[in-house]
Amino acid sequence: MTLGITPSQTVGPFLAIGLPWPDGPEVVGPATDGAITISGRVLDGAGESVPDALVETWQAAPDGSFAHPDDPRGGGDPGFRGFGRCATDPAGRYRIVTLRPGTLPTPDGDTEAPHLDVTVLARGLLDRVVTRIYFADEESANAADPVLASVEPGRRRTLIATPEPGGEPGRFRFDIRLQDPRETVFFDV
Amino acid sequence: MSTADHAITGSPATPGPLRLPSYERPAGVHPPLNSPEYRSTLLRAPKRPAIRLPQGLTEVTGPLLGAERVTAADADLTSRHAGEPLGERIILTGRVLDSGGRPVPDTLVEIWQANASGRYAHRVDDHPAPLDPNFDGAGACMTDSQGRYRFVTIKPGAYPWRNHLNAWRPQHIHFSLFGRAFTQRLVTQMYFPGDPLFAQDPIFNSIPDPRARERLICRLDMGVTQPDWALGYQWDIVLRGREATAFERAEEQR
Repeated sequence: MTLGITPSQTVGPFLAIGLPWPDGPEVVGPATDGAITISGRVLDGAGESVPDALVETWQAAPDGSFAHPDDPRGGGDPGFRGFGRCATDPAGRYRIVTLRPGTLPTPDGDTEAPHLDVTVLARGLLDRVVTRIYFADEESANAADPVLASVEPGRRRTLIATPEPGGEPGRFRFDIRLQDPRETVFFDV
Repeated sequence: MSTADHAITGSPATPGPLRLPSYERPAGVHPPLNSPEYRSTLLRAPKRPAIRLPQGLTEVTGPLLGAERVTAADADLTSRHAGEPLGERIILTGRVLDSGGRPVPDTLVEIWQANASGRYAHRVDDHPAPLDPNFDGAGACMTDSQGRYRFVTIKPGAYPWRNHLNAWRPQHIHFSLFGRAFTQRLVTQMYFPGDPLFAQDPIFNSIPDPRARERLICRLDMGVTQPDWALGYQWDIVLRGREATAFERAEEQR
């Protein structure tokens, strides 16, 4: 049996009624050992903030595990939510508090560098857009990552969270630019 | 040894090639991001083509959550306030399936909508229609073991927006779905049968295939209706399904 897939529609300007959770941005509590904060802005093609977006993240645990039946390696800590969700504020800012994910094996025998998968939803986006967050301080892992390698070198930086200038350790910056000239790399998943 | 050979002879516990499910990549189902008739796309839709992402562990897994944060009361949008909301009470139910026809059980379904006057309980909605103190427009539930969801709510009103002169949104309810994998995440809108506003709505018409558009329209179901109380509508939601793996194909050939 093959059924036709339900098409996507925009999340619209009123997603805040239904989607944000009070604890959405906290994949782990901020007092958790090893907690990191990734924050940034969602910007449109005019460089203006997008104040009505939702940023969602999904990731492995620090040991590279998923508490999910389709991870054939098994294991995984069901206590690690792995999922973050944050509506942007009037300045287009979001933040996610989480743990740094581990590296992951691929079916081809490669190793993926630590990353978060990201869904961005907003008025004006008729379907979600998907990107990834990598970490600037994982240089050797990033250099071996097959997904980063598939992106033209000049655009890879749009996928890399950088330490907040002058910030405390564990604070990263990741802006999402929906359009040119420094458009974030988006993926067809 | 090739992956396929391993699939036939190996046991799941054997260390070896990582075998992951893969999800179909539907073409021509979802609206193109660049749909200029919907004006908000102009500054927000990415201009560069998306890069194909292999479906690895992060993509074939996904958050399996919601049960701990949803109560039965969240599925009834008409009974969470001191009084009943104004409007036409409806029962809205259906199944969450994948394109292989398999139910998606225990998955979070979130909805939000305007009230019967076409006004959202949101600070940026300045449509001069009344708010309803007995309606906030948000609901959530988990699908059951058969993938079924069920809400009690009121039929939302149509409302004007500023996309073009005299633009009105057809009556709709927003839906958010997770499925079982990151690949299956879906946010969409459900419409009502026979809405005369479809023809002028650039969001509904952004879906290129008219048959795919029809899949966003619920149907009146007198079997769901509760006599003397509420009309009933059915709407099934179909998420991306899995492609058969080499292992499954080998099993089928045995």
